[in-house]
Amino acid sequence: MLIPHPLLGLRDAQEFTYLGDAALMNRPDPDAPGAEAAFCDYVFLRDNPAGVHRELWYHEQGDRSWLVVTRNTLTHEILGAELASDVKAGAAQ
Amino acid sequence: MTRLTGGLIDRTRPLHFTFNGTGYKGFEGDTLASALLANGVRLMGRSFKYHRPRGVLAAGSEEPNALVSLRDGARAEPNTRATVAELYDGLSARSQNHVGPLHRDLLALNDLLSPFFAAGFYYKTFMWPKAFWEKLYEPAIRKAAGLGELSMLPDPDAYDRGFLQCDLLVIGGGAAGLVAALTAGRAGAQVVLADEDFRLGGRLLMESDLLDGAPASDWVESVRAELASLSNVRIMTRTTVFGVFDHGIYGAVERVADHLPVPGDKVRQTLWRITAKRAVLAAGATERHIPFADNDRPGILLAGALRAYANRWATLPVAKAGDAVAIFTNGDDGHRTARDLLAKGAKLLGVIDSRAGARALGDYRVFSGAQVTGSKGRLGLTQIEITEGGKVSWHEVGALGVAGGWNPNLHLASHHRGRPEWDASLLAFVPGQGGPQGLIPAGAAAGKGGTAQALADGARAAQAALAELALTAPQIALPEALDAPAAQEAFWHVPGKKRAWVDFQNDVTVKDIKLAHQENMRPVEHLKRWTTLGMATDQGKTSNVSALAVMAELTGNSIPETGTTIFRPPYTPVSLGVLGGGDSGPHFRPHRLTPTHGWAEAQGAEFVEVGPWMRAQYFPQKGETHWRQSVDREVLAVRAGVGLCDVTTLGKVDVQGADAREFLNRLYANMMGTLKVGMVRYGLMLREDGHAYDDGTCARLAEDHYVVTTTTANAGLVFQRMEFARQCLWPELDVQLISTTDAWAQIAVAGPKSRELLGRIVDDFDLSNEAFPFMACAPLTICGGLRARLFRISFSGELAYEIAVPARYGHALMERLMKQGADLGVTPYGTETLGVLRIEKGHAAGAELNGQTTAQMLGLGRMVSAKKDSIGAVMSRREGLAADRRRLVGLKSVTPQEQVAAGSHLFTEGAAQTMQTDQGWVTSSCWSPHLKSYIALAYLEDGDSRQGEIVIAANPLEGRELRAEVVSAHFVDPEGGRLRD
Repeated sequence: MLIPHPLLGLRDAQEFTYLGDAALMNRPDPDAPGAEAAFCDYVFLRDNPAGVHRELWYHEQGDRSWLVVTRNTLTHEILGAELASDVKAGAAQ
Repeated sequence: MTRLTGGLIDRTRPLHFTFNGTGYKGFEGDTLASALLANGVRLMGRSFKYHRPRGVLAAGSEEPNALVSLRDGARAEPNTRATVAELYDGLSARSQNHVGPLHRDLLALNDLLSPFFAAGFYYKTFMWPKAFWEKLYEPAIRKAAGLGELSMLPDPDAYDRGFLQCDLLVIGGGAAGLVAALTAGRAGAQVVLADEDFRLGGRLLMESDLLDGAPASDWVESVRAELASLSNVRIMTRTTVFGVFDHGIYGAVERVADHLPVPGDKVRQTLWRITAKRAVLAAGATERHIPFADNDRPGILLAGALRAYANRWATLPVAKAGDAVAIFTNGDDGHRTARDLLAKGAKLLGVIDSRAGARALGDYRVFSGAQVTGSKGRLGLTQIEITEGGKVSWHEVGALGVAGGWNPNLHLASHHRGRPEWDASLLAFVPGQGGPQGLIPAGAAAGKGGTAQALADGARAAQAALAELALTAPQIALPEALDAPAAQEAFWHVPGKKRAWVDFQNDVTVKDIKLAHQENMRPVEHLKRWTTLGMATDQGKTSNVSALAVMAELTGNSIPETGTTIFRPPYTPVSLGVLGGGDSGPHFRPHRLTPTHGWAEAQGAEFVEVGPWMRAQYFPQKGETHWRQSVDREVLAVRAGVGLCDVTTLGKVDVQGADAREFLNRLYANMMGTLKVGMVRYGLMLREDGHAYDDGTCARLAEDHYVVTTTTANAGLVFQRMEFARQCLWPELDVQLISTTDAWAQIAVAGPKSRELLGRIVDDFDLSNEAFPFMACAPLTICGGLRARLFRISFSGELAYEIAVPARYGHALMERLMKQGADLGVTPYGTETLGVLRIEKGHAAGAELNGQTTAQMLGLGRMVSAKKDSIGAVMSRREGLAADRRRLVGLKSVTPQEQVAAGSHLFTEGAAQTMQTDQGWVTSSCWSPHLKSYIALAYLEDGDSRQGEIVIAANPLEGRELRAEVVSAHFVDPEGGRLRD
């Protein structure tokens, strides 16, 4: 697979390590009521869609960027890749 | 000899080879199969299950029968197809899968027992008694079945990996592929042309067709010469594209040196990873046969293969020159073979055509509306039975060609969920919807198998690809060619009671398919697994579609309703050696070496793998014959004087930025925000699920500058996790990370005399306890100006320091410390001693931090700060974890000389030893030279309140148990005075 790195262009997937669902970026508020249950979901439950999936890839043998890659799990088509820090900063605004 | 005239062999270059020890002669341009046939050798192996005599069926990589072991000794390679083994001088080959000589195989008995070996017989027969499966049935079956045998010697050859990028990859160098490559080559595109054969031309080399009125090989040569002259075209012969992977990545194996006696200075094979913007699949087509009774004898071939052997290799698969040849066909293509064979001077019995009213294309006899219904010849064909209009007659023949139509080689197009479609006019599956993006089938692979058709289709495919890449494609002047007549009827197998083989390699017959139908194994996936059809190394290239047709006939459904057959990579077998690509032995996982590795080697150290590193394990001295002697000496030397240990391998991460303090406070479970500049603190990281993850130290070198350490094994993962936290959780924090594990060499200087030793190398630095107390850190210079970092931390429990210098000075620093400390008795120590020292001190390491333990279990529960959030903090408080009562304790063997084995489980004395009564387990154990006893660390239920109790450490694996006293995990200096003074 080739991953379109937003800074470095098309890079071979072998340069990356895979983590999984980009929902891992949404760490629950530890002070909110029901934090333990929210963390339980966060840590243990993942969606496993057949189709479009947003997921985290780490450019370990490259520039160490964490990317949010949008990939169709059925076809492996890659619909986009963003810097995770941009995604997180955008979500915070 | 059965050589004909002509052919693409070089008669001026004879090659000598042996088969089963007998010497033969062939020519350059021969394959092992063509050379054997030319020598009248038709029997080349035994079948998988019934041990039936077998010869070649095909003339290419689809061959199911003629599997031989090539070469001898360590280079012996089983299961190679004789049809693609390029002949070289001195080649040696052996047949496989027989007991005794090939012509008198003792296991041919299996053929008589065939009623017992019907489809699914494994599932039905070997069910009882159950224990017999593992001990008797499976070993016996494994011995009887199977093909060639491995040499069991290490592979002496080298393999390599290569990477290519191109605009257009052309897979197959036949009519369509050559035109496609030429079109794209002239357009200036970067082109890779790959063909599995050693000579370009594909089917054009096997046919008698004329191109522009001359032999096709002339045109092939002119195109090859032009392509070779273009710098933007790379021709790769002997290269099989075996699979399509995501995003236009193609896997290919180039057999660089398989045509040479030994590779010499070449690699044997190269695994290519070709990234192509577009690809043309011009892989041609594979002929299918028509199953009839006893259709598996040597001498019965695909008609197209017969034609290929005659035209390209100038030979016939007959026992002796002059034997008659017959063709059995359901269409015009069989007549094409007949015509070519006549032109080559073969003696032709005639063409048996299943179609009523079939007519000859030349001067030969036609049996129309007829079928071949039987054959004779124990080790090779001698007679066939022809049934014509109800009349049965036997005829002497030396060879029979069977023409059942052609299946496009759409294999690669069916990767990535591509679904082949049934073409009723071609009576074949053709590439359909889906499949790899950017892959364009062309020529015979797309069902356009006529010569003129294929040439034109190759041009079309290349033009389509170039247009998508916005390149202008020139029109190529195609050579004048004709499409041979290709009409055929749907005639799939000859009905009858005797066995008629469908899949030769796995010995699957029409009867087996009937049985599968009868037993309701009708979906094609069930059929395949019940009968093993198509599951051999040829993946059913010559059998799958015929089997579908038989099943369709039985169910009354059409072929596409019955199912389709798709293919996985690899297209043809790929050796594991080339997939490894040279990364075998020490290259499989390269070792990382510490800065003092060379020094330690010179000291005669023994080494041990720790994660990716090689670390000194211990340093044997003269007279020490057992590792324990060395380790005991090293341990006592550290506790009494001073020792040195390279601890570079611990992960080091440099953390800087205005928010570094806040970042680390969120990362570590314990309070890190209060750490003062110039101090170090132990840090525990949890996983987000609340379990202990990794531990290390955190040193604050300046207001906004920290250096943290991780365990050796987790160095990469912790750094990755820190980057995750920085980028994915809290990108708003101003913090930067870099791994400096390799940048700094770090040496532990441990023992009561460590201060004295260090005092001899530091430049004007006050090491007194007041100026540089326990857990202090500082940048400094040593040895007259070398920048260094000093940390007063201790893993051993002694007064100790770790000193870091730029990695390139690590070796020199070790030598300097050894020299300066000679009068202090300075002693280098390895990981074994490191382990003993830390167990004696009760420090946790990998065995204690095994991913199942909590901070409470480690006795660090109170460290997890409730005043702040950190990774894992919330989940560490959940009921299940908080309620865990196991605690880290020390164990001392009641009999000091008996070892408490790590992994032993703990039980209360006198209690039954069951899962329910399990009280914990032993994590680490060692001989303590300090206490003169075996000691251990363990997790024990309520361990913090059971000191003095005797527990049982049970080791059921070795059938041993022993009594041990529960003590503090801090065997040495529990008050910690030694650290602090």
